[in-house]
Amino acid sequence: MKIALFATCIVDAMYPRTAQATVALLERLGHEVVFPTDQACCGQMHVNSGYFKEARTVVANHVRAFDTDDYDVAVAPSGSCVASVKHQHELVARRCGDAALEERAAVVGARTYELSQLLTDVLGITNAAAQLGSHFPHKVTYHPSCHGMRLLHLEDRQLNLLKSVGGIEMVELPEADQCCGFGGTFSMKNAEVSAAMNEDKAANICGTGAELCSGGDASCLMHIGGGLSRQGSRVGTLHFAEILASTIENPVAVTGEITLAGSKR
Amino acid sequence: MSNTFLGMPSLPVFGRGNLNATEPFPQAAHRELANTQLRANLGHATHTIRYKRLKVVAELPDWEQMRDAGSAIKDATMANLPAMLEQFEANFTARGGIIHWARDAQEANEIVTALIQETGETEVVKVKSMATQEIGLNEYLEDQGIAAYETDLAELIVQLDHDKPSHILVPAIHKNRSQVREIFLREMPAVDPNLTDEPARLAEAARKHLRKKFLSAKVAISGANFGLADTGTLTVVESEGNGRMCLTLPETLITVMGIEKLLPSWSDLEVFMQLLPRSSTGERMNPYTSLWTGVTEGDGPQNVHLVMLDNGRTAALADEYGRTALNCIRCSACMNVCPVYERTGGHAYGSTYPGPIGAILSPLMTGIKSEENNSLPYASSLCGACFDACPVKINIPEILVHLRGEDVDSQRAKVKVPSQMDFMMKGAEWAFSSGAKLNLLEKGLPLGKLAAGRDKVIKKLPGIAGGWTQSRDIPAPPSQSFRQWWAKEHKPSTAVVPGNAVPGHAGPGNTAGHGTENSEGEQA
Amino acid sequence: MSAREDIMARIASALHDAPETPVVPREYRRSSNMSAEQRLEQLVDRLQDYKANVFVTPAEEASAKLAELLAGSTSIVVPHGLPQDWLSKLTDDAGMPAIEVDSPERRLTVAELDALDAVVTAAATAVSETGTIMLDGSADQGRRIISLVPDRHIVLLRASDIVEVLPEAIARLEATRPQTWISGPSATSDIELERVEGVHGPRTLDVIILT
Repeated sequence: MKIALFATCIVDAMYPRTAQATVALLERLGHEVVFPTDQACCGQMHVNSGYFKEARTVVANHVRAFDTDDYDVAVAPSGSCVASVKHQHELVARRCGDAALEERAAVVGARTYELSQLLTDVLGITNAAAQLGSHFPHKVTYHPSCHGMRLLHLEDRQLNLLKSVGGIEMVELPEADQCCGFGGTFSMKNAEVSAAMNEDKAANICGTGAELCSGGDASCLMHIGGGLSRQGSRVGTLHFAEILASTIENPVAVTGEITLAGSKR
Repeated sequence: MSNTFLGMPSLPVFGRGNLNATEPFPQAAHRELANTQLRANLGHATHTIRYKRLKVVAELPDWEQMRDAGSAIKDATMANLPAMLEQFEANFTARGGIIHWARDAQEANEIVTALIQETGETEVVKVKSMATQEIGLNEYLEDQGIAAYETDLAELIVQLDHDKPSHILVPAIHKNRSQVREIFLREMPAVDPNLTDEPARLAEAARKHLRKKFLSAKVAISGANFGLADTGTLTVVESEGNGRMCLTLPETLITVMGIEKLLPSWSDLEVFMQLLPRSSTGERMNPYTSLWTGVTEGDGPQNVHLVMLDNGRTAALADEYGRTALNCIRCSACMNVCPVYERTGGHAYGSTYPGPIGAILSPLMTGIKSEENNSLPYASSLCGACFDACPVKINIPEILVHLRGEDVDSQRAKVKVPSQMDFMMKGAEWAFSSGAKLNLLEKGLPLGKLAAGRDKVIKKLPGIAGGWTQSRDIPAPPSQSFRQWWAKEHKPSTAVVPGNAVPGHAGPGNTAGHGTENSEGEQA
Repeated sequence: MSAREDIMARIASALHDAPETPVVPREYRRSSNMSAEQRLEQLVDRLQDYKANVFVTPAEEASAKLAELLAGSTSIVVPHGLPQDWLSKLTDDAGMPAIEVDSPERRLTVAELDALDAVVTAAATAVSETGTIMLDGSADQGRRIISLVPDRHIVLLRASDIVEVLPEAIARLEATRPQTWISGPSATSDIELERVEGVHGPRTLDVIILT
């Protein structure tokens, strides 16, 4: 299968390892990965901040980059960015009165998958250790990000993949379904409420005794990890794609070049 | 049909009254967050009710089907509102009820006052009602020399404490038992000085305090949960029996109801009386529901009035992206699951309607430019818990985003210096308008890495981004972006592990990222 | 323009885009597949959960049960249409409470009702799934006020009037009759969301289900 990677802007600029891990997983399964170089961002920051006019430019760019016959399906390692592509792009186009964009956005949206959706529903991965060689001998907890959970209805796809990684010890996160408080520009506009939510999330994570909190959205993980780091916690955050990409021969370091917030030595 | 509209739509007429945030939400939230007692009380209460709701909702095999029906019934009501109102009016009036129409809060207050004055009474008892809270009826009546006694326990607590409700179902959710005891001892005449803080004892004190008022009241004021168009029936849903007292004992009953509270038919109640109790108090059914249709000879008030209130509801209806907010049945499930409400409480929202629904309903009813209501749609992380909990499936996050757009557009229309947020969004629009531009920007990543220094975290950012670094670090950026890596270093893997690989034989495919990075020697 | 005309014009203008009227999907349960025994059992369970006192009694023993429950009471009120045979033991036996009958000819005042110990009524129907008893003001249930002011309410419910789900009860009830739906004794959860039984309505609810 020919799979187009939508890296997402935050992963592209801040967490390239997550995209590299995604590529590694798909190539390991024998698929061809392409990277449409015109891609930039899904535009949800603009949409969620009410800047629809600006969002239209960003959405139009995404649709231009992905409205090609050069791939079978598109994938992104992010629940919220995929939710934006699937649910917001048409809305933005409609609000801006751009019917042509609306139609093309719907086509692109329908072909776009979140990584765990693609792995589970399309590629049939039920056991990461057996089918992907995943091995990660660490104690890990997991935060299901809101948009993946509530907009894409990912249910336990990410968690089940993590549970099937060799050597991993998964511990349950209390109140896992509670928002971490990121919310895009919410974390700046209502910084104090956001921080209060993050404090409770951090306390729940630290209470599990896990070394790491995993999840499927780099932005939420940056928020959670940033809070943990500020508190001086040693607990870090790591995208589930990187955990799946880790093998016995090539274990992913809990810290790499991109020092994960909170994992200071 | 009367709802066939000819000509240009007129400008919406917005509502007034207690519908406004009077200070920006972040500022109000700052104050409320500092109140640790409040946060503890709210955390306890919202967690308790969340658990109860989930439990009773899970009991029903057809909950989602019920939500679908509820949502469609409400949409159908709104689409045919003129016909529904006319039908309701005809049925209610035919059975001896009298209907009054109020364009706004002021007009509703005047109507109610005049009706009370006609009876010659100067005291009235009240059943908890959001509509009368919204129009500020109690304060208005007080100015006219009429004392209005709240009879719901929580409303009584709030009224005795000269406070404001902070939740639409449990108005005193911000008070704990010992605070309630203290209020009763301070404000309740003839209260037992040995009153303990057991909820049962406190409820008993309220019973004693209000009993005489109920038995002698001549006029009662209520809201209504539902009005049924095909029969003209009104409904009040309650728990304590104070509602029954007010609806049954006095000679005159004055009900204030928003025009959006109608349901097309009696049989629609079978949906809503399942959705409402389970969503609001987390009970299979609330203890008491009263239904009345106009006047019944010899049974209950013989003088029955209904004030139909607009006060901005038609303005909300005119907003095609926001009108489903009017489908709200005031169950409060959205606030009970909201992580923002849980931490700030209801007072931070200013308006009678707090929480997620309030953050959309208030600006829809008043217009986005009213006082500080433009700060309300931002009081959400858009986590979507409210949409999941809503029994009539109001897509609150989508309407929040829509109203943020309304705010941004209204700010654009003003001649003003662009805000930092404007600059940030404009900059991001440029950067995200093509892959090439983003690539150009990403070439600056090593600078960020440099700025982060040896700690590899950024601890302070300027301007609005400083909100982030108040409580969070930002990791040092990588030395190159993914797209730069892809262009320069990515080579499609040749060592493919087909389908069912043996663990440990994954091959070098995954060296794509981590081997490279690790080889730079940045180990933990 | 009157306020009514004004509001109607505002609504018409607000709906200028003529939003669609959706067809209402009614896929939820509208009838029961439970046996009469299951419905009875479920109703007992739900009522007890609300802290009501429940007694399942053969119909012919209604009067005896009522007499047993009211031993020690001084005075009660009943609606004029309450079946006489339910009251036979109360009227015949010594030491039983005085019975006030509320009727269209003689309506008891609030003060009179407040002085009584209890009220005994029948019921129109009951929903087992939610533990709800419906009164509709029929002659055997009386005016709403009589089942409200006394501190104890004893309901006699015929088991054949128990349905499982709310839509079945709605189909049996007439909308325009004054109704009270009762699910347990009066209660509040206003203090720390902790449920407390007994506020303004009757603090004791006894339900005699007649089989």
